[in-house]
Parts: sequence; structure tokens; C-alpha cells
Amino acid sequence: MSEKPEKLIDKKGIRLDGRKPDELRSIKLEVGVIPNADGSAYIEQGKNKILAGVYGPREVHPKHLALQDRTLLKCRYHMAPFSVQERKSPAPSRREVELSKVIRESLEPSIFMEYYPRTMIEVFIEILQADGGTRCAAITAASLALADAGIPMRDLVVACAAGKADDTVVLDLMDEEDKQGKADVPVAFMPNLNAITLLQMDGKLTLEEFENAVNLAIDGCKKIYSMQKEALKAKYANVKEEAEE
Amino acid sequence: MPTFFEPKQIVTPGDLIAEGEYIAGENTYAEDKKIFASRTGLIEHDNKRVNVVALKAFYLPRAGDTVIGTVVEVGFNGWTIDINSPYKAFLRPADVLSRPFKPQKDELSQVLDIGDLVVAKIISYDRTHDPQITVAEPGLGKVTRGQIVKVTPTKIPRIIGRQGSMVSMIKEQTGCQIILGLNGVVLITGKTLEDEQLALMAIHKIEEESHTSGLTDRITQMLKEEKSKQEEKKDE
Repeated sequence: MSEKPEKLIDKKGIRLDGRKPDELRSIKLEVGVIPNADGSAYIEQGKNKILAGVYGPREVHPKHLALQDRTLLKCRYHMAPFSVQERKSPAPSRREVELSKVIRESLEPSIFMEYYPRTMIEVFIEILQADGGTRCAAITAASLALADAGIPMRDLVVACAAGKADDTVVLDLMDEEDKQGKADVPVAFMPNLNAITLLQMDGKLTLEEFENAVNLAIDGCKKIYSMQKEALKAKYANVKEEAEE
Repeated sequence: MPTFFEPKQIVTPGDLIAEGEYIAGENTYAEDKKIFASRTGLIEHDNKRVNVVALKAFYLPRAGDTVIGTVVEVGFNGWTIDINSPYKAFLRPADVLSRPFKPQKDELSQVLDIGDLVVAKIISYDRTHDPQITVAEPGLGKVTRGQIVKVTPTKIPRIIGRQGSMVSMIKEQTGCQIILGLNGVVLITGKTLEDEQLALMAIHKIEEESHTSGLTDRITQMLKEEKSKQEEKKDE
């Protein structure tokens, strides 16, 4: 890997990859990429490449896990061995197990869980290439895949991180800023309901900086939200144009 | 009391559809007099009721629905049927045999075996119990011939069309018998393979383009064209 950069932000306030502090990485979203899944989505956010697949609602196996009053949401966040610089063992690590839980909990409030008792919905998230902020990109993709599967939802969940690189609060941290920055605040958000479903913090921030970071992350979320909606509509818009020629 | 979308516009989950004295219809939910979409779909107004016609959904059983299912398990006292829904349905032997079932004498797998298809009707279903189905009614029972197509269950009404205009048109044009399972499984039985394939094509086209307008006319045109193509081939 390259040498440690001395500064994450230059004198003009430009970051290592040429972004301004409040700028998102370029994002590409696609829906319905896995024909065998009930719903799926693919996201590219900067160098992150993430695939999400949703199956269900379907019968619960093993049966004793079934909940009598609501559906069971299962979530698996997994990093491909080739997704990072140094080969990652394909076995689920402590970090992956924790992220699976955290992602599940951030998606749960958006789904009408009580509609389908005794069933389960499975969400599989595969990180093909990681470059910081994968949990946020994963939530964005997973929520899109859930909507694509036709699961009734209160709102789409969008996630975006903010943090502190050198001494500035910046939006959407990439790998180097994440590792060498001073703090990281991932936020998952439901824009129409104005509700936060995930809020974590890693590192140290003053109260004021924290507030700035959360607000910055929410602004970022809102931008990604409109892309999410476009991606969902794009799947059907293409057919419509062709047919109505 | 504004509504924020025109009929037939695409909405995504969470979109605010209407505010005020409206009734939340299919695939929507209400919160503080605001109505939001809960699925991706097309807006439909019905007086005060706002619906979202979902572009993709799964089948939820309802008593009285006709469905087409596959036998997945033969048990000691009945069959488990996959009805293309989150819940598996149960079929009792007495309904199939049309006489009392004697566990000592009757071998269930000789009546219906794994993989067999049945046209059935849902008798009962609620949140706490899996659906029960029956075949003891005219028109129901084991499927012996024909072809099966699966479509998104929400598109079945589109295949039926206004007062059945779409299916009756396809039936007329292709000479096929078409049974529509409300669970999104369609059975096509025709005199020849070509006829069946024609009907199959039409249904695939409807599924793909269900959210567009002027569909019946386009399907009619397509079927006529394909039919003349087939006849040309025969003449050669």
C-alpha cells in the first residue's frame, strides 16, 4: 500500500480524492440485478462495490425460529476474500457478525414486520470491493433490494457517514479518511419519516462537531435518497418508453 | 386536501401520496391524515380512496380465491401444496377422493404425488393458521395437460382486463383455455403447441408492459401478426 499521507485535506480544503468536505463520492445504483432473488440491488459508491439480495417472505427453517406475531428478518453482511488489500478469510469475522446485526436493526423499522407472521425475510449483502463506509452503502443497497422484492415498507432507508478528517467535519469518508481520520459517524435515515434508524460513532468529537457531522450525514442521505428512488423507477421506466413508442 | 401524484404515476415506498380526507387503499398506509405508499407501483384514485397498484408483490391467500399449486409433500393425512405464497397450503384427502378417507386403504401418493399440479380454491386462511384448500368443486382438481406460466400476482387483474376483456381476447385469438390462479400461476391448455406458445407470449408481454396504456390493442395486434406468421410457415 501507498505511504501514509501527511494531510487528509490540503490548504484549499480539498480532500485526497479531490472532493470538497461536503461532497459525496460518485454513486451508481441498479435494481433487479439477480434474477434468482426475489429482490436485489447493486451499489457502487466510490470504490465500494456491493451486491444485496433479498429472499422472502418465505417459510422459516428451522421452524422453531418462527415468530408468531411478525416476520423474522435475517441479515448477512459478508466481505468477499478479494474485497480488501490483504486477503480476508471468508469465514464471518466478529466485525461482520456485528455489522449484520446493526444493518438488520437499521432496516427493521422500515418494514411492516407484523404483516406476515411466521415467515422470514432474508437479506444477503456481499461486499465485492471495500473502500470505507461499506455498512452505509450496504444499508442503502439492502433497502433498495427489499423494495424491489415487493415487501411493504414505510420508507426506504438511506445511510451515509460523516466524520472528522484532520480537523474538518467531512461527508462520506473513504478508506484512508476512515482509518486515519479522527472520527466516523455512520447514520441511517428514513427521509420521509424524518427518522434515524442507525447512529454510531467511532472516535472523538466535541458536541458541536457531532451535531455538525449528523446534520451533514443527513444531508448526504437525502441526496442518495433521490438516487435510490430514481433507480427503483428506472427499472420500469425503460419498459414504458419502449412500449409506448 | 391535496394529492401529490397523478393517476398512473410511479411511486416508491415512502412517497407522500395524499394529505387530508382520503382513505388509504391497497399498498398504502396512513399516518396523521397523510397517506404514504408502501410499495413501488402506480397510483390509482377511486373516489376518496387512494391505491397503489404494485408492480411487484407476492401472493397472500384469501378465502375464496382460485389458485394453482404444486404438491411438495405427501403426508399421512393430506398434501402440502406450494401456492406461490409465503405460506404453504394444506389439502385434505376427503376433498380429493370425494368419499371418506381411510388411512389403511388409501395410498395418498397414488392420488396426487410430489410435483403434481392442482387447481384449487382457498377455504380458509388467517394470520395464525396456514391456508386450507379444496378441489371438491367443478373446474378444480389435478392438472393433466397444458403449460404453466408464473407472473407477479398483482398482474393477474391486468391479464383479466376490464370485465375480462383481455383474457377473453387471448382465448378467442388463440383458441386456448386459460385458468388464472390468483397466486400468479397461469395454466394454458390449447389444441396445439403453437396455440399455447402464442398465448404464452401474450401473457409474458402483458407482464412486462402491465404499467403501460393501450395494452389490449397492442396484444391483439401482436397475436394477429404472430398468427399470420405461423400460417405462412405452414404453407411453405
